[in-house]
Amino acid sequence: MSPKPLDYESLNENVKKVAYAVRGELYLRASELQKEGKKIIFTNVGNPHALGQKPLTFPRQVIALCQAPFLLDDPYVGILFPADAIARAKHYLSLTSGGLGAYSDSRGLPGIRKEVAEFIERRDGYPSDPELIYLTDGASKGVMQILNTVIRNEKDGILVPVPQYPLYSAAISLYGGSLVPYYLEEEANWGLDINHIRQSVAAARMKGITVRAMVIINPGNPTGQCLSEASLNELLKFCFQENLVLLADEVYQQNIYQDERPFISARKILLDMGPPMSKEVQLVSFHTVSKGYWGECGQRGGYFEMTNISAKTVDEIYKVASVSLSPNVPGQIFMGLMVNPPKPGDISYLRFVAESKAILESLKRRAHIMTDGFNSCRNVVCNFTEGAMYSFPQIRLPPKAIEAAKSVGKAPDVFYCLKLLEATGISTVPGSGFGQKEGVFHLRTTILPAEEDMPAIMTSFKKFNDEFMEQYEDYRGYSRM
Amino acid sequence: MDRAAATPPVSLDTINPKVLKCQYAVRGAIVSHAQRLQQELQTSQGSLPFDEILYCNIGNPQSLGQQPITFFREVLALCDHPALLGKSNIDALFSKDAIGRAQKILNLIPGRATGAYSHSQGIKGLRDAIAVGIAIRDGFPANADDIFLTDGASPGVHMMMQLLIRSENDGILCPIPQYPLYSASIALHGGSLVPYYLDEATGWGLEISDVKKQLEDARSKGITVRALVVINPGNPTGQVLAEENQKKIVEFCNNEGLVLLADEVYQENVYVDDKKFNSFKKIARSMGYGEEDLSLVSFQSISKGYHGECGKRGGYMEVTGFSAEVREQFYKVASVNLCSNISGQIIASLVMNPPKVGDESYKSFIAEKNGILSSLARRAKALEDAFNGLEGVTCNKAEGAMYLFPRLHLPQKAIDAAKAVNEAPDALYARRLLDATGIVVVPGSGFGQVPGTWHVRCTILPQEDKIPAIISRLKAFHEAFMDEFRD
Repeated sequence: MSPKPLDYESLNENVKKVAYAVRGELYLRASELQKEGKKIIFTNVGNPHALGQKPLTFPRQVIALCQAPFLLDDPYVGILFPADAIARAKHYLSLTSGGLGAYSDSRGLPGIRKEVAEFIERRDGYPSDPELIYLTDGASKGVMQILNTVIRNEKDGILVPVPQYPLYSAAISLYGGSLVPYYLEEEANWGLDINHIRQSVAAARMKGITVRAMVIINPGNPTGQCLSEASLNELLKFCFQENLVLLADEVYQQNIYQDERPFISARKILLDMGPPMSKEVQLVSFHTVSKGYWGECGQRGGYFEMTNISAKTVDEIYKVASVSLSPNVPGQIFMGLMVNPPKPGDISYLRFVAESKAILESLKRRAHIMTDGFNSCRNVVCNFTEGAMYSFPQIRLPPKAIEAAKSVGKAPDVFYCLKLLEATGISTVPGSGFGQKEGVFHLRTTILPAEEDMPAIMTSFKKFNDEFMEQYEDYRGYSRM
Repeated sequence: MDRAAATPPVSLDTINPKVLKCQYAVRGAIVSHAQRLQQELQTSQGSLPFDEILYCNIGNPQSLGQQPITFFREVLALCDHPALLGKSNIDALFSKDAIGRAQKILNLIPGRATGAYSHSQGIKGLRDAIAVGIAIRDGFPANADDIFLTDGASPGVHMMMQLLIRSENDGILCPIPQYPLYSASIALHGGSLVPYYLDEATGWGLEISDVKKQLEDARSKGITVRALVVINPGNPTGQVLAEENQKKIVEFCNNEGLVLLADEVYQENVYVDDKKFNSFKKIARSMGYGEEDLSLVSFQSISKGYHGECGKRGGYMEVTGFSAEVREQFYKVASVNLCSNISGQIIASLVMNPPKVGDESYKSFIAEKNGILSSLARRAKALEDAFNGLEGVTCNKAEGAMYLFPRLHLPQKAIDAAKAVNEAPDALYARRLLDATGIVVVPGSGFGQVPGTWHVRCTILPQEDKIPAIISRLKAFHEAFMDEFRD
């Protein structure tokens, strides 16, 4: 029998190189165990609604009316839907050319892009051009499109933080580029050191790599740190000096759990700097409806905003977007609602604010519960989750545990996470999925399990961890002192 | 701040050259021109010889007045806002079976959470429903694990090109004329398009001996041909393949070791009684070809048919005849994007499992469906006749899909005029048509055609009551054009 036309050997090599741990080995094992009847707590992906977070009421009311516009003509509609939801549905339907079922402009509906531009202006204090805002089926599609535009071949390098959200490493592999890592400093609250970054760039250039772009994730994933104004300033200057386009993943901008470093957009800092930098540094900023307090992952709604990219190049980006015809229209409407939520005085305002506040405050409490819980465990050290949705504790594995992992052919943190899963049902992602310094191990979990379940989850984790450490330590363990 | 003058990192000189190479005429130059004219219409009334732009460039039915299927939208509204299900007066607004179906679908979704990322292949219960729908359609079983729900059929096509193309030495056989997603995607992924020409004289027929010749020709140039794309019903050509033809194609792929990429998004759009849609999976299985014999990827979409839900971005690929190792890679690539949008997944399951006889909504559903399909058939005929009535124009019948692809036998004067402004003759014709009538069609060069022949692609989608006016404007324009350029 002849070999199959597409077998593993004849697959695109770049595809083989791709790794995406968030839905990798641990997740697949957890799914298997779930099928066998074990109770699994999925903390592997930032998927709030899957862990019981309720959707905000107002957007769902609006979208339901947009899906079924015949409802708007029905005399009963005012009983089931508040007047402002009805008005907003009419507004969004008027922005479409044929309702939710028609392809929109390949960049997204102009009316919604205008709402996004207005949001950006209110947030940053600088006007934004709707023509440079492209709506996408989730932020991930936008990231992939931009990376595909930048990367020509394996000599093109992209600076990526380590640890990082593995969409970046996966996309760079897929498009045949080179990942140039810059390590975040765990002891300095996952801060970045511009001198180390400079060194990374120099080392890459020595190998013949042209460093083209720098990715920042702010707030960080998996690390949660929020960048200070000074840091952002430094980074932008660096991009100017080194001629890099800055790719600013800002999808967690609503998830801030401390007051010292509120969210500031890269664009604001860039424009604050004034010419020549504000007119020359190229920037692409990404946002989504999947995170924040909205958590509408399943809608696949996102956008990217381009700054200082020439019109001819924007045309090429538009051309590629047009091949996929258009982003999904309901997701676009969610984006419009997110950037343009109910205002004081609107019928739905109080309820909207109450729902949003409750979610954010609970996330903040859960960030604390988890950080403190991890820090109370033997051989575990955990930075505080300043933002985003994750906790990334460092697990100081004893040498015996590392050996045991090696003997079964597993990376040490994978070994630990599999044992954790089997003992407690908690499904995490090993730190190796995000990148970490050699010999330092972590796991990523989300802060999303319901607040009332948190104490039990942390107790269960502590019990497993402390027993694991007992089992694999020499009679004297590591001290946190 | 010191900085050497340098080309910006994102500029025409420094971006991925494959992006520059990629073209997609459906939303290309003619559409930008139309959008400029549309602006003009809004700002200066009466400045143009028409008062609206008619976008006949793109298969986007609901943008031209086609109504969505009521049952589908009822179910979606309830799934999007499940709080409605608890209200006492809900029966006043929604049909009972829509309520029942929404409940059923929500129960298939973990936590009834439509806002959560689903399994990366799509919600299992919805894939089960689709597999059942496929089995009912074909008479051969289908497996939920073979189905990947995607944001429209297009992302699935991109995924296949990504998996198949290693370098420009990898070739993909594509019909000419073709829907330019294929040429664009092949360019974007750095592969080679190996054309096989459909025969206009025989209703856009596909001759396997021609395809074989192209294959061998490519191989002799060092190209490894990986797959064969077949669009059935055809786009832009509209032909529905005969069963005999399909069998030869299946055999050919099996003999030559090619993956068969079957674009079947227009499977519900068949307008002639003497032809029937048969899926390639059905044909292969009926020939006794199983998983070990044929590697087949079948694409379906929610954008076409009678449902026309383009804006929702829903579709799936059914993947059969690949090893477990390769299947893992498919899954891995799908997982990087997490999942497709849930609304689109839900409609895909409704399209493959619509209301049945006896359901409360069946009568109105079938009336809506048949109304749309019969109207499409009438519009296809009316426009086909209109094109055939024009001097120097021949137009094959649209047996299926949503387009007409008339051939323009242009006078030499017109061809010379086009050359003089560095424009393809069919692009010149399309531009003049737009300027005179507001009708937007896509030049045939956007789809590929036998060199020296010229076509335009026009959709059959404007509402039926607009068709007579379109036809008379088209006629008037064409007569004037021929008067100007007749030899």
